[in-house]
Amino acid sequence: MRAVFPFSAIVGQDDMKRALLIAAVDPGIGGVMVFGDRGTGKSTAVRALAALLPQMRATKGCVYHCDPDADAGACTDDCPSRAAKGAVKTELLPTPVVDLPLGATEDRVVGALDLEQALTRGEKRFEPGLLAKAHRGFLYIDEVNLLEDHLVDLLLDVAASGENVVEREGLSVRHPARFVLIGSGNPEEGELRPQLLDRFGLSVDVKTPTVLADRVAVVRQRDAFDRDPKVFVSAWTKKDGEVRERIVKARASRGDVSLPDEVVECASALCMKIGSDGLRGELTLIRAARAAAALEGAETVTTAHLRAVAIPSLQHRLRRNPLDDVGSAPRIERALAEMFDA
Amino acid sequence: MSVAAPGRYDPWADALSAAALLAIDPDGLKGAILRTLPGPARDAWLAAFKAMLPAATPMRRAPAHIDDERLLGGLDLAATLSAGRPVASRGLLSESDGGVVVLAMAERCSAATGARIAMALDAGEVAGRDDRHAARFMLIALEEGVEPDERAPDVLAERLAFALDLGSVRVSATAMLTQAQIATARADLARMRPADERTIESICTAAGAFGVVSARAALFTLRAARAAAALSGRGAVADEDLALAARLVLAPRARFAPSEQTPEPAPPPEQSADEDAGSAEQTEADAAAADRVVDAVQSALPAEFLAQFLEARAERRVEARARGAGAAAKSAKRGRPLGARAGTLRSGERLDLVATLRAAAPWQPLRRREATAASAALVLVRRGDFRIRRFVQRLESTIIVVVDASGSAALQRLAEAKGAVETLLADAYVTRARVALIAFRDVSAEMLLPPTRSLSRAKRALAELPGGGSTPLVAAIDAASVLAQSERAKGRTPLIVFLTDGRGNVGRDGATGRAQAEADALVSARGVRAANLAAVFIDTSPRMRPGASALAAEMGAAYAPLPFVEASAVANVVRANAPARR
Repeated sequence: MRAVFPFSAIVGQDDMKRALLIAAVDPGIGGVMVFGDRGTGKSTAVRALAALLPQMRATKGCVYHCDPDADAGACTDDCPSRAAKGAVKTELLPTPVVDLPLGATEDRVVGALDLEQALTRGEKRFEPGLLAKAHRGFLYIDEVNLLEDHLVDLLLDVAASGENVVEREGLSVRHPARFVLIGSGNPEEGELRPQLLDRFGLSVDVKTPTVLADRVAVVRQRDAFDRDPKVFVSAWTKKDGEVRERIVKARASRGDVSLPDEVVECASALCMKIGSDGLRGELTLIRAARAAAALEGAETVTTAHLRAVAIPSLQHRLRRNPLDDVGSAPRIERALAEMFDA
Repeated sequence: MSVAAPGRYDPWADALSAAALLAIDPDGLKGAILRTLPGPARDAWLAAFKAMLPAATPMRRAPAHIDDERLLGGLDLAATLSAGRPVASRGLLSESDGGVVVLAMAERCSAATGARIAMALDAGEVAGRDDRHAARFMLIALEEGVEPDERAPDVLAERLAFALDLGSVRVSATAMLTQAQIATARADLARMRPADERTIESICTAAGAFGVVSARAALFTLRAARAAAALSGRGAVADEDLALAARLVLAPRARFAPSEQTPEPAPPPEQSADEDAGSAEQTEADAAAADRVVDAVQSALPAEFLAQFLEARAERRVEARARGAGAAAKSAKRGRPLGARAGTLRSGERLDLVATLRAAAPWQPLRRREATAASAALVLVRRGDFRIRRFVQRLESTIIVVVDASGSAALQRLAEAKGAVETLLADAYVTRARVALIAFRDVSAEMLLPPTRSLSRAKRALAELPGGGSTPLVAAIDAASVLAQSERAKGRTPLIVFLTDGRGNVGRDGATGRAQAEADALVSARGVRAANLAAVFIDTSPRMRPGASALAAEMGAAYAPLPFVEASAVANVVRANAPARR
């Protein structure tokens, strides 16, 4: 196991870090799309977050490492939890991060007939794919805009439903596949279809820091890490621990955070003002605000939370003139300023 | 010593230094791209590199079309069948652990293969069937492209420290480093103190000045400088080391020359506001160090790398990258694989072997029981098991807009034409078509924008288009025709849209003169028709002239006189003529 760069040691990129934390607190938010150049720490951040998350309790022997509480009875027939009477044996596993390579075939992603079993024993068995591996963790796709459209459709569909349904080669399998989809891409290399973009919960832009001091800090931290990963990681263990604590607490308290009516009204008013299509924007906005409040340890969602998550929740859902260089973020900022600062 | 003397730039010495640095810090520098056609320079470099590595270092050659099974490892189907139990095979990447992978013809390497190698480079391991295998290797990507856009996948270029262009390098006898020297340098490197603030700052400043945004590049520069210091037996990074590292790492990544107005504001050195006010002298010294790094990079840039050229190169690279995803196999059966279906083997059909085996597999025990005892076949495949590969081909279209920016087209019309092109672009965005832009004025036709889907770039190119001058229509028709044919060769459907009044006055030989120019234009137009290219001719002259319609007829183009160049009308004409989409 190679050492992973600590999450708290990442310099800057606060928008991305906040979006990832929100997705970690509430995986139901529907994935995060990160736009930005290469070498801005996108994959580092994803890996760092996964390494920091608390280990998860999983049914021992289950290929889908299913959650003994949440997935009880929902897992496939092969799952030991089906056969076991009484308490199910469990084990602690790290949160999985699965990389989806660009050239991945549909077989590899959704799973296929297990050729090995079929050839050697003549059994028709399902060989789980990357979606199964990513269950309860993160599925990271670098350059999602270069991925074949049909695969992106499939991924988003599974991410939204939390279940992978395989009907092929005489197999009929359904297994839980709840994961946080994290896509990254560079808009200069071709854009993502708007209808795909809309299905990502949050969208953030990362930029190379323009301040020299930040760039120097990035290089210094990374160099220190590369020279002696163990020492570097242990120096940041405490800070990472604090972040972990916040996530764990926020996960537990998320449901108890109260949501006043005026905040919901505010969210709707904002969405109407900027003209976002459909209700997905409002729903995501509210969910993200709730998660942000829980992360802060607040008991009530306030408009300040709403404001903090408005741009990542909405900026990719606005109808825009494709030739308009100005992104959607300034429009949202203006609307926010008009609503709250007036 | 192979480190070049300061002030004089010797590409071969630098290339050898790069090899030495790789040998010293393989984990940190990851490898290099060698851009050149096969020849003595490349062989000499590879031989020198091999000589510097420890004797037992594995060096494996991978073809660009290597399949994933071989690259990453997988089930060894033949061995599995004969053994009757699963036999895993290791992939080439994990077999090369601790060594070197030489990727031949990297410019032919697909984006997918590139992504897999990049993942292994990042992780230092590959996920096998059952467990993970270590795969810490250096990658030497051999780039044999002739065209500027024939390049290794960008995911790889980003992750390899060096890119050496050996195309015009003269191999000279240079003292070789011995393995013992390398080993000493390795040991020194391990003991070296961390780089000081000043070093890191000058690297970041220099990177910013050349528009190199990736943090990886800055890190590579630092690691290369440290390795260079270790090689020279110094305990800390000196200016020469930084200069060498910057030449090797930053120069190939430069996007613009620092003298030019930088698109992103380059951070001024006094930005680090936290520093003591009293350290002005220190700041000055830092700036001087950064300047030296910038100078070093500039010395390594060939003279013809003028600012615009760099810009153009950066754009081409972006395009070459973007193209990777769409490029499919150029066979009669091209397109994206759509899985396999049951079928019979006719000529021209391609058998999907794995899918066929999958289909046959569950029946094996049953069939074996039924089969006559004499059958020695390991797998009993029946006709019904055959699976045929299917492909779908997405009809991609490329709209090549040829804009007349000459004086005869009247300057105020140019603005209208730009508006029309913008509408076309917005349309192309919806239909996922590519757009290329050719403008002609003065003496030549210039490709402002190679085929792209990026609207922000298209818009920028259009905004920068100047007007005025004579009308080299012939050159424009020829350029459009060449581009359209190359697009068609890539499996896309081109459509050329001319926005001009058709009154060319520059002939094929570049001489001004209306009669000759119009005769030449007719010849070029015939070429378009002969190549069977779809074209639309939008006549923008205020009054209809027989000349323009004759030209359109000669090239077999749809002719639309639109004296007012309304954006929506132009878009309608193009829509009506656009290739049908499936």
